[in-house]
Amino acid sequence: MPSLSPNIIGLLPEYILTITGVLIMLAEPCIKPSSSRKPLGWLAILGTIAAGVASGYQTLFASDHPLRAFSNTIQVDTFSIFFHLLIAAVVLVTLLGSMDYFEGNASHAGEYFALVLFGATGMMLMTCSVELLMVFIGLEISSISTYIMAGMRKGQGTASEASIKYFLLGSFATAFFLYGIALAFGATGSTSIAAIAAGLAATKTPLLALMALAMIIIGLGFKVSAAPFHVWTPDVYQGAPAPVVGLMSTAPKAAAFAVLLRITFSGFPGMQHRWSVLMWVLAALSMTVGNLGALLQRDVKRMLAYSSIAHAGYLLVAFTAFPQEGIAAACFYTATYAAMNVGAFAVITQVSGFNESTRSIEDYTGLALKRPVISAVFAFFLLSLIGIPFTGGFFGKFYVFSAAIGAGHVWLAVIGLFNSGVACFYYLRLLAAIYSRKQAAAHDVQPRSVSVPAAIGLTLAALATLILGILPGNVLEMAQYAGTSTMIENARQQCAAHPDNCQLQVKVDSH
Amino acid sequence: MNLDHSILSIITFVPLVGAVLLALLPDRGKLMQWGALAVTLITFAITLHLPVHYNYAAASGAFQFATDNPWIATPAIRYHLGVDGLSMWLIVLTGFLAPLGVLISWRTVSERKKLFYTLFLLQQVAMLGIFVSLDLFLYYAFWELSLVPMTILIATFGRTENRRSAAIKFFLYAFIPSAVMLVGILWLYVNTGTFDMPQLAQLAATHGISGNSAALWLASLSFLIAFAVKVPVFPLHGWLSDAISEAPTAAVMVLAGKLGLYSILRFSFGIFPEQSRHIAPLMIALGAIGIVYGALLALVQKDLKRLAAYGTLGHVSLVILGIFTFTIAGLDGGIYQTLNEGIGGGALFMLLGILYERYSTYDMREYGGLAAKLPWMVTLFVITTLSVVGLPMLNGFVGEFLVFSGTMQSTIAHHVGWTVLATTGVILTAAYMLLMIQKVFYSNLGLKPRSVTGWDLDVREHLALWPMIALMLLMGIASPYWMQSIDTVGTYLANQIGSPDLTAPKTITRLPGSSFPMRPYQEGGQR
Repeated sequence: MPSLSPNIIGLLPEYILTITGVLIMLAEPCIKPSSSRKPLGWLAILGTIAAGVASGYQTLFASDHPLRAFSNTIQVDTFSIFFHLLIAAVVLVTLLGSMDYFEGNASHAGEYFALVLFGATGMMLMTCSVELLMVFIGLEISSISTYIMAGMRKGQGTASEASIKYFLLGSFATAFFLYGIALAFGATGSTSIAAIAAGLAATKTPLLALMALAMIIIGLGFKVSAAPFHVWTPDVYQGAPAPVVGLMSTAPKAAAFAVLLRITFSGFPGMQHRWSVLMWVLAALSMTVGNLGALLQRDVKRMLAYSSIAHAGYLLVAFTAFPQEGIAAACFYTATYAAMNVGAFAVITQVSGFNESTRSIEDYTGLALKRPVISAVFAFFLLSLIGIPFTGGFFGKFYVFSAAIGAGHVWLAVIGLFNSGVACFYYLRLLAAIYSRKQAAAHDVQPRSVSVPAAIGLTLAALATLILGILPGNVLEMAQYAGTSTMIENARQQCAAHPDNCQLQVKVDSH
Repeated sequence: MNLDHSILSIITFVPLVGAVLLALLPDRGKLMQWGALAVTLITFAITLHLPVHYNYAAASGAFQFATDNPWIATPAIRYHLGVDGLSMWLIVLTGFLAPLGVLISWRTVSERKKLFYTLFLLQQVAMLGIFVSLDLFLYYAFWELSLVPMTILIATFGRTENRRSAAIKFFLYAFIPSAVMLVGILWLYVNTGTFDMPQLAQLAATHGISGNSAALWLASLSFLIAFAVKVPVFPLHGWLSDAISEAPTAAVMVLAGKLGLYSILRFSFGIFPEQSRHIAPLMIALGAIGIVYGALLALVQKDLKRLAAYGTLGHVSLVILGIFTFTIAGLDGGIYQTLNEGIGGGALFMLLGILYERYSTYDMREYGGLAAKLPWMVTLFVITTLSVVGLPMLNGFVGEFLVFSGTMQSTIAHHVGWTVLATTGVILTAAYMLLMIQKVFYSNLGLKPRSVTGWDLDVREHLALWPMIALMLLMGIASPYWMQSIDTVGTYLANQIGSPDLTAPKTITRLPGSSFPMRPYQEGGQR
């Protein structure tokens, strides 16, 4: 094999995405305003697939030991590849689902495609950075793209509100994150995650380090919309275009969770007993706030916004289990959540269209009569979100809560599963509405037919959800390998040094 | 390849294949009905393989037709299927009821047939899956899955405007305790490293699950409550009457009873034998109260379906009463009565559905004097009623008799008063059932029969009902055929926790003139 520089291989997917994005931006002005932007969309899809393949290619170099690049700020390991593939898949489904979303609305489809790719670049960069400043750069790239995309439905009041709100609160949260980095540097003398872990043992100001971690958790907690940092979520999800919501409720969250996993489990393993309490509270709060909030919603997008808060809570449950089971469960849950949620929003994109004519639960009443196939797909995603067996959502919850119980957090599992019981109420309300007869056919709009790329995207998401629910073995294995590959060594050393801080004895030899 | 190792998978997945086929076929003419009928008949035919090839001499507690393959490596989830005398007959019963359910829905479901029959077949898959699974995880998956088709069936094909809330109520009642049960299952797994039911039972017998008795108690409660809601047991029956009065007939036939009762017998008793015995006095009391409460409420209902719903509560309470005595007679009777409930209750709901199809009301006050107009109908209705109230020669009697004799023997029941209370339920049951017959069929010609021209049973309805009637009679006369396999399970469950005289030679006595085996008081159910 020709010896390529690690600096090239390490960021290969990011390069591909950036170049494709730039190409799209260059091509956009060359196309007549009246003609279709679809070729650009196909270009973006090609770029995404290429980036996914490139991530797969990276496994050749990172299978035994992590590949390091750019002066050890980039670390390519199974963990990062897992999230790279996940993000590429989510972006692919989003692009497929939104190919004709902007058609005939004289808007900015070309820019949209480019922004999606730039956002994906930032998210991927986040997952493979082991240097907090690099993480911050990735975070900013992805955030700024999503701020713009949230306002893509120009001229709509709610869209502008969504964009501005997201931007203001988002920059506020990033400031917290940056502040956390600064404090971490102050406490440990480094911004590299590995060096922080080493520095923690010697630090004379553990309180400062804890403050740093708390700030970082606040910053990332905003990105993953964990309660109590969730207030932006419903408004932004309601106003932003449906495909964008599908993207930003999954991919940036996955990236933020990846960063959070890296920082907590390998950056601050010595403080596990402290931050796991924090995570416990955040998880319980997010689940409860999300589900109770969703109960009150009539608008489907708002409802799913609250549901995404609750799902962030389920995911945070995995953080309380230290370390291997927790990481694997979190990775797996991220994958299942991404599959089902991006699928659900792809359906909403298809049903409601650019004008969002179908908004509330009442608007969805009787959908199954008019469009049986897409209703069945939607029902499947909703059932997966509830956590019905033989869907990905069930296994996701299963792994998360078994990890939590394994770590001794039985009551958190009880809270979580009780919450999932409450949650099924609002999903079911929507489901029951879809499958019941319409009272009065007041404004029957002729349903648009689902385009071929959207159908492919939906099929992909549904297949992924189904496979994760029936044969989760491979993905789970990869998630477990991801958990061991990057941080377990680190964590094990920490545990050996401070056994009291580890609630579980680490089993490294299980793989 | 030996069929015995794959028969359970075939039984479970034939309806699934059928459901997929129906979903793909166009909804034209009577295609859906014929398709569903064919699938359910094939399934039933295959289930009959089980009793034919069952080894009745096998040791108690052993599972037959087993399949055991790894499904997921970590956590150790296995595709482990198997049946014993308990689940075998429930599988056959499920297979038996399905084609009848299709026949009875033939005309009543006239629109969105594809959705109806697809969901109906999916419901079969879930129920059969529950009965064949021996891996706790697999079982739980089917258990949760069984909620979905039923909920959509109720929400879509419910009778009144109340259907959506009835569906959601049904789902929430069942789902929330099940979610908590998942914690119990996971806790078991974390402590034992296995989901395998026989292994767990083994561990439970040797006190190997956990030393933490408080946690063990909580886990056993999480199981029991989830199952008790599904049965339903007396204070947890809130969903029952709404769901029953909304759901279409074919769905009602499988709504209550056997899933929850089977789960208690298999999982609560199997994994938590001691805790189950400790809580037995409470359950016996709840069972006795449920019998009387259900019967009393049924007595004052004006709506036929609600009457039958509260009747159902009474019948399943009888089973609870029987199985929690932990005597062989009580357990045998309880299991037998579970089958009876499926048959008698099913037939009753089918007959009510037929009435509704003709007169489109369940209000008893609008009926009256139908006997003259519908002679066949009244005949079958009366036979069903007699089976439900437990007339000798019919199946209900065998179960009831065993349950009550078991309760009288039981050392766990503490107080014979519960038995006495429960026995009054028999009288009350006869009262409301016969009063219903009298009001609907024998008094003056009612409002509806005067204004609407009904017609007697047609060929299709005869085909749907006579198998039921035949089975009632058969199970009443030839009960040992069923009892021989049920009894091994009953004996096993009763003697799970070593009774002091287990080593003593067993004397099986048969009551003079009766056809079912009885054990003397000293032997069963002692701790």
